[in-house]
Amino acid sequence: MLALTIARLQLQELLRRRLFLVLLLLTVVVISLTTWGFSRIPTLDDAMTATEIAAIASQFLILVMFMFSFVLAFSAVFAASPAISAEVESGITLAILARPISRLEYVVGKWLGLVATVLIYAVPASVAQLLLVRWVVGYSPPHPIQFLAFVTGEATVVLTLSLLLSTRFAGMVGGVTGLILWGLAWMGGIVGGIGQAFDNATLTHVGTASKLILPTDGLWRGAVWSLEPASLIAVMRSAGRNAAANPFFAADPPPPAYVVWCILWIIGMLALAVWSFTRKEL
Amino acid sequence: MIDAPAIRTQELAKRYGSITALAGLTMTIPRGDIFGFLGPNGAGKTTAVKLLLGLTPPTSGDAEVLGAEIGDRDALRRVGYLPELFRYQSWLTAREVLALHCELAGIDRSAWPREIADALAVVGLSDRGTGRVGTFSKGMQQRLGLGVALIGAPELVVLDEPTSALDPVGRHDVREIIRALGERGTTVFLNSHLLSEVEQVCDRVAIVDRGRVVAQGTLDELLGGDTVRIRATDLDRAALAALAGYGQLDAEGDWLVIRGIDDERVPELVAHVVRLGGRVYAVEPRHESLEDRFLRLLGQPN
Repeated sequence: MLALTIARLQLQELLRRRLFLVLLLLTVVVISLTTWGFSRIPTLDDAMTATEIAAIASQFLILVMFMFSFVLAFSAVFAASPAISAEVESGITLAILARPISRLEYVVGKWLGLVATVLIYAVPASVAQLLLVRWVVGYSPPHPIQFLAFVTGEATVVLTLSLLLSTRFAGMVGGVTGLILWGLAWMGGIVGGIGQAFDNATLTHVGTASKLILPTDGLWRGAVWSLEPASLIAVMRSAGRNAAANPFFAADPPPPAYVVWCILWIIGMLALAVWSFTRKEL
Repeated sequence: MIDAPAIRTQELAKRYGSITALAGLTMTIPRGDIFGFLGPNGAGKTTAVKLLLGLTPPTSGDAEVLGAEIGDRDALRRVGYLPELFRYQSWLTAREVLALHCELAGIDRSAWPREIADALAVVGLSDRGTGRVGTFSKGMQQRLGLGVALIGAPELVVLDEPTSALDPVGRHDVREIIRALGERGTTVFLNSHLLSEVEQVCDRVAIVDRGRVVAQGTLDELLGGDTVRIRATDLDRAALAALAGYGQLDAEGDWLVIRGIDDERVPELVAHVVRLGGRVYAVEPRHESLEDRFLRLLGQPN
């Protein structure tokens, strides 16, 4: 129960910080601009068919959502990486942990609060963007719920990693490490795609390994897939295996086993964070 | 285990790598005592507190707090703690900080308003309850911290340098709060390097230096009542030699200082001085000040 107290406190902190307000305002600005951009698509060429509009809209949407997933992942990293270390530094943990609360409850509470913040931001922002796109160009991605799950899952992965780092290192370390690893995983995914396209086993293995070690890019591919219309997937499939090298295309959703792996990965990292913090000398 | 001492430690030790922060702390603090844990900076006082509250595990030895093993959840419910260096959540109001600690301490929700109002009143922050902690001065934060430590009428209150950020008025207030806790029967563990503070409020004191307790006992025991000063004139060398049997003699100008004399022998001593032709102007017992004792124990010249 006390984990929920800590979660509420963490959520309260993030919502009261100016950072959240700034993020919210910028998101409104970005959504307005992209919506205007989407509304221009049908005016590009009067002869465009509905399928063509859907294809262009879906591609544009994937780019916008890539940026969104990036902002989301990084907001999560920068919220999580000082979440514990800053409280250790200020002595807040001394006052809190001298109460009848276990370190497990404290770490899990922090994690729950951070995940809740991600959801509170990501769900309304994504839903607003998707609804506006549907309103201005009439395009609805086929799997909006899966999209939300993949994008928030990606943010949860980096957030959990940052929280683990936060049990031992100052906020800056967690932030920078999260950023670099996220970028490496993204590139790892591209390397794997190139391996597939050129039938190169080594490169393919690099991609697979990076997807397993830090499953951000694997989840991002799931998000891409959930935004693509069936007609686009059919066209790209006919282009052959070369399409695999495109980081903004996914022919298939991640297999269920991979989704299970991602969940286990998150649980494992969280357990590691609890273990690390339990052993920390305050 | 209501009769168990508030704190009992047995050879409690903490080492960080090759650094010994606390080397074998053995002490028993009875319930209701106001106990001063005194030592210079870096003596291991804060380490001792962290060990007692289960914030860091001991390297060896053991300890009991309120009759339970250290870190025991039920015991922690009955302990209030003011850490030494801390800043509370700057985005919370004073009331919210107190409410948080009510919740963490497992206090029934219906009792929160009363607990919060009482804590704010005791530490003199009643009119700042809705102020954000981020806008508080260091002194106000320390007052709030003290209020947090008092939440839920704890049986044991651990205060780590509670007046470090306070002005003289604040220090006076804290002394009054500690005395009031003592009157209520609450055990207070006061970590401090401020001798006057400890001297004014504590029943018992342990002096710790370089991770080791160098002396402990009641203030009377530690400061000893075995020294007397007599202001007398007309005593010659032979007279002084005759008085040597009463204790260790030192002449300080007109004053004669006799150390190690039993209280009961003082009248006899005075009569003897008069018999030897001395003219006595004043006789006063001299308690060593805690500061003298402290410096002597730490091996520094006064």
